Amino acid sequence: MKRAECIGMLYPELDDKLVVTIMGACAQELYDLGHKDNFFYLQHAMGLASSIGLGLAEHLPHEKIVVLDGDGSVLMNLGTLATLARYRPRNLVLFIFDNGSLLSTGGFNSHTTSGVTDLAAMARAAGIEHVAAVDSVMAFGEAAIEAFGRNDFGVIVAKVAAVGPNHYGMDLHLPENAFRFKRWIAARKAAEAL
Amino acid sequence: MSVSYENSKIVFQGIKDAGITSLSALPETWLGLLLQQAERDPDVKLIQVAKEEEAIGIAAGAYFAGARHILLMQNHGFLAAINGIVSLAMLYGVPLCMLIALRGHWGEPYPWHTRGGIVTEGVLRALGIPFEYARDPKTVGRQIREAYTFSQSSLSPVALLLTRDLMEEAL
Repeated sequence: MKRAECIGMLYPELDDKLVVTIMGACAQELYDLGHKDNFFYLQHAMGLASSIGLGLAEHLPHEKIVVLDGDGSVLMNLGTLATLARYRPRNLVLFIFDNGSLLSTGGFNSHTTSGVTDLAAMARAAGIEHVAAVDSVMAFGEAAIEAFGRNDFGVIVAKVAAVGPNHYGMDLHLPENAFRFKRWIAARKAAEAL
Repeated sequence: MSVSYENSKIVFQGIKDAGITSLSALPETWLGLLLQQAERDPDVKLIQVAKEEEAIGIAAGAYFAGARHILLMQNHGFLAAINGIVSLAMLYGVPLCMLIALRGHWGEPYPWHTRGGIVTEGVLRALGIPFEYARDPKTVGRQIREAYTFSQSSLSPVALLLTRDLMEEAL
């Protein structure tokens, strides 16, 4: 299964959710489907996408938050799994695309390549109750529907191929992305208050 | 040496008076009494992290969400959070208001704190992060309010260094 297929399945569900994605291939694949102002692309600071997600979820209880993460990024911030388990943000779903590779930086094997390190098991052991591990598009879709419908914090670890887009680039400056993301949230809050 | 209960209360009141309703923190000795008050306060949300760099992400999420949020950490935690500060906060123009316990400086008896204490100011300068020292309980409240205001107007990380004079009981 390819990550792009998974993101393509999620895309129609993302209109009304706040989406935080990691850098590189994952960000590009989401952007290429069509940018929306409720998407935030964390193009650096590896590991912090889920922390941003937690900060959003804790302060916006009425919004649904989606984080698109990767094995290389999660491995840089494993403490986030325990922090998320502790605060259990019920409006957050964390997708970890595990391609066993530091693809965007040259395709070196990550620690999960060998099959020895199991991120889903680590998430469970951190204390996260709803963790799914999937390796087919069908299973991914089912797990996503279940997670979105559950109203509880969930993690989906999706084994994907180590392939990415054949081009990189966005017509969006990084601060511009942040400003527009913040304004989208503010406008939603203002509309809610009416 | 013991942590000043009176001044911890004053710092917490300063945080409240600045309209802050959300804190992220990694507990450390000088911040302990302050964080206990935050835990007990129903109007303040406290998020504890496993490592300080996480708090940079949480603070960014809180900022996007429109919350008035500050970060509490030790200076060694600040040193551990630098990539997040540079490659999230500075890169995207996300403000951070950081209250940093300045361990390992004048009067420090513990060898293990000293190297981090010695480099903290130089690292702040190298990163171009505006900072001030908080030494006096009479002015710390205003300093917190001004640090927060400046972080928001400059879209920059800002640091207020909580010193031994403020955080420990006077001998």
